[in-house]
Amino acid sequence: MKILTGNDLKTGHVIWWDGQGWSLHVEDAVDAGDRADAIIAREEAECRVNGAYAIDGEKTADGVRPAHIKDRIRALGPTVRPDLTLKPADPNAGNWVI
Amino acid sequence: MVDDPRAGGPGGGPGTLEPTPGGERDWLRFRDDPAPDEPVVTLDTFLDQSNASSVLIEAGDDVRRLAPVLDRVRLVEIDFPKFRDGRGFSSARVLREMGYEGEIKATGEVLVDLIYFMRRCGFDSFAPHVPLDRAEVEAVLNRYPHVYQHAADAAVPIWQLRHG
Amino acid sequence: MYKYDQYDQAMVDARVEDFRDQTRRRLEGKMTDDQFKPLRLKNGLYLQLHAYMLRVAIPYGTLNSRQMRKLAHIARTYDRGYGHFTTRQNIQYNWIKLEDAPDILAELATVEMHAIQTSGESIRNISADQYAGAAADEIIDPRPWAEMIRQMTTFMPEFSYLPRKFKIAVIAAEADRAALRWHDCALRIVQNEAGEIGFEVFAGGGMGRTPFIAYRIREFLPTDQILSYLQAILRVWNRNARRDNIHKQRMKILVHELGEDEFRRQVEEEFQHFLALGEDFPQAEYDRIAAYFAPPPFETDLSEEIDRSDPDFALWADHQVAAHKAPGYAIVNISLKPIGQIPGDISAEQMELVADLAERYSFDELRATHAQNLVLPHVRKQDLHAIWTALHEAGLGEANLDLVTDIIACPGLDYCSLANARSIPVAQKIAERFADAERQKDLGELKIKISGCINACGHHHAGHIGILGVDRKGTENYQLLLGGSGDEETSQAKITGPGFDEAGIVDAVERAVERYREIREPGERFLDTYRRVGMDGFKEAIYG
Ligand code: HEM
Ligand code: SF4
Repeated sequence: MKILTGNDLKTGHVIWWDGQGWSLHVEDAVDAGDRADAIIAREEAECRVNGAYAIDGEKTADGVRPAHIKDRIRALGPTVRPDLTLKPADPNAGNWVI
Repeated sequence: MVDDPRAGGPGGGPGTLEPTPGGERDWLRFRDDPAPDEPVVTLDTFLDQSNASSVLIEAGDDVRRLAPVLDRVRLVEIDFPKFRDGRGFSSARVLREMGYEGEIKATGEVLVDLIYFMRRCGFDSFAPHVPLDRAEVEAVLNRYPHVYQHAADAAVPIWQLRHG
Repeated sequence: MYKYDQYDQAMVDARVEDFRDQTRRRLEGKMTDDQFKPLRLKNGLYLQLHAYMLRVAIPYGTLNSRQMRKLAHIARTYDRGYGHFTTRQNIQYNWIKLEDAPDILAELATVEMHAIQTSGESIRNISADQYAGAAADEIIDPRPWAEMIRQMTTFMPEFSYLPRKFKIAVIAAEADRAALRWHDCALRIVQNEAGEIGFEVFAGGGMGRTPFIAYRIREFLPTDQILSYLQAILRVWNRNARRDNIHKQRMKILVHELGEDEFRRQVEEEFQHFLALGEDFPQAEYDRIAAYFAPPPFETDLSEEIDRSDPDFALWADHQVAAHKAPGYAIVNISLKPIGQIPGDISAEQMELVADLAERYSFDELRATHAQNLVLPHVRKQDLHAIWTALHEAGLGEANLDLVTDIIACPGLDYCSLANARSIPVAQKIAERFADAERQKDLGELKIKISGCINACGHHHAGHIGILGVDRKGTENYQLLLGGSGDEETSQAKITGPGFDEAGIVDAVERAVERYREIREPGERFLDTYRRVGMDGFKEAIYG
């Protein structure tokens, strides 16, 4: 699947296209199919996202998994600071990245 | 001087921060003399044609080649193919250091936020590809109360203000 | 320490408003990010992996307690409670909101700090010897010139869009603690036979994908001509550099392509031109600035004794304390490399503690080092134990300066959008592997430097042992390099051979280190042994 990600213009938060808007959680990402470019152009013009791009991802038992490690780190947070990730209570969250 | 921080701001001298009043078309021209209307020619052509008076400097041209013919130059157009290409800043300043007093016009990709620095390098007219917002230009030109160093304008650097 | 006058303050305040206006235009959608990017990059604001990142300059590495407390306040209020000291005497915040950036700059301006020209194609923060004004081996404090250069290069019209970044470093001692010759332009104050001081000038150094060690282009330049000379260098580069390939626009490429002699000839020609224009600041301005850097009122008749009865303290004092020029005083290095932690990271609480120590024990002065550590430059030897106790309690008492666990590491893939691989976990694992104090001491000076990609922010080219993260078909892989140095005998590290995965690179480092132990001659550091035996002496041990 093609999923869309970028950063919130104001806050810089990593965000994922969920079909209606932008979510902080990669689990909410939906397949943008061949509409990726159109969605990105519209959302950037509306100042709802900054630096948006489309990436490959796949649906797994644990939810949506971006194909590249870089985007998995973006989805979770820095692996060296579990306390600052989206899953601070899960000591093994970092394993998902690798 | 110290009392009026604006004195000698970028603009070639006190009081010329505002563009010369004129038609809506050329509000980005900061000169009083009539605008030259002869077409510009490339540097090589200019050096070959003894009757040309307007020259186009492309990024990468060495303006020092104009030194022997400076007295017949009335307009130098310096082109910015991309805003990232900052060679034109040096070209303008070098022209002023050579004593050239005619018009220096910036064309191409001119970022509004860089106009202030272009003025300080000696540019005194602007004809960018994309039109600029007048209020923004004015805000940008008036942003900095002082300058830290000499350039091609008459602005007095801070070190000179400090030591009178 | 330098203090802003009304002019300096007005300039920094104006920059805050300028940036506020630019940010507003971006947030209102009047600019695209493509248009905003060059503007924010002239002010240290990047869009990074998780958020915006703000890089704040610490000019020539010097700051006072008020400034450090402000940095702590910003970390707590606008970020997530910490900051990261870099290899160029800057501090970076990783979780900045764009809408807060102008307010942060306004807060910084109240303590005479800024983020001007800390990124982008500009003349960056001027770095200096972190021991400036304190070192026993320095000729004179180089910071007044660094401050003059800072002023001259701030908003310099002609160089509004340089071909690439431009990094300047200034020192005044034989020993190089600033990785001088890895800079685009490096200045070392020297004394000639007549006893006059001047600059030895190097140009064309840099790391990144095409590393070059700077050439010496001037043996002796009178100090009052430095600003003309620098402008000459900048103009020659701005005029001649390629603009067609971003990877070939650094000045090092130009110096290399023109050749050292032709580059020098052009600079000298332009230099004569600038001298005639009267670009240099007058002596009175030097005197004004230098007065701020006058030595603090050192006490006399202080004891030179250090009570070494506490073995933990003695170990720390052996490693972290350097010779000061004033009797009874010492320079304290504060390690930001506690074993297993993130190199260069420091919490807001730790920043405040360090600020307190500076205020109480070091004439209110602090320094940041290119090795991502901090320094208390002027402390009485009799206060060392109290300082150590406070640092130790705050988790800052590590005794590892220049040892195998004092690792430089860039943020890597944990934070950086350009990275190929993570750097920090590798640094942590190596530090844990070599944590034993006796083992570290036995290995002696050994500088490991790790970058997460070819941009070399972690100085891997200059590591006695360098590590470079690469992307191998979508997985993290690490190349090992040996033999680099950033000191007065600068050298560029060489790649050993095929790369390793994360566990493999830690083992490979250990094999290289053990090989050194086997073959070292008495008194030899790792680097000395490598220089004697070359890569061949290590290769088999590493690859078997
Ligand atoms: C996380 C955001 C960062 C980004 C996007 C970034 C980007 C870059 C890039 C693109 C280069 C290559 C420049 C060139 O070859 O022209 C570079 C070089 C460098 N960066 Fe960074 N960097 C970042 C963080 C850091 C940090 C945290 C440090 C210090 C630990 C640092 C210190 C340096 C140094 C010392 C160089 C080498 C300069 C040279 O080539 O001479 N950077 N950086
Ligand atoms: S070396 Fe590469 S990975 Fe590391 S901070 Fe620099 S750009 Fe990022």
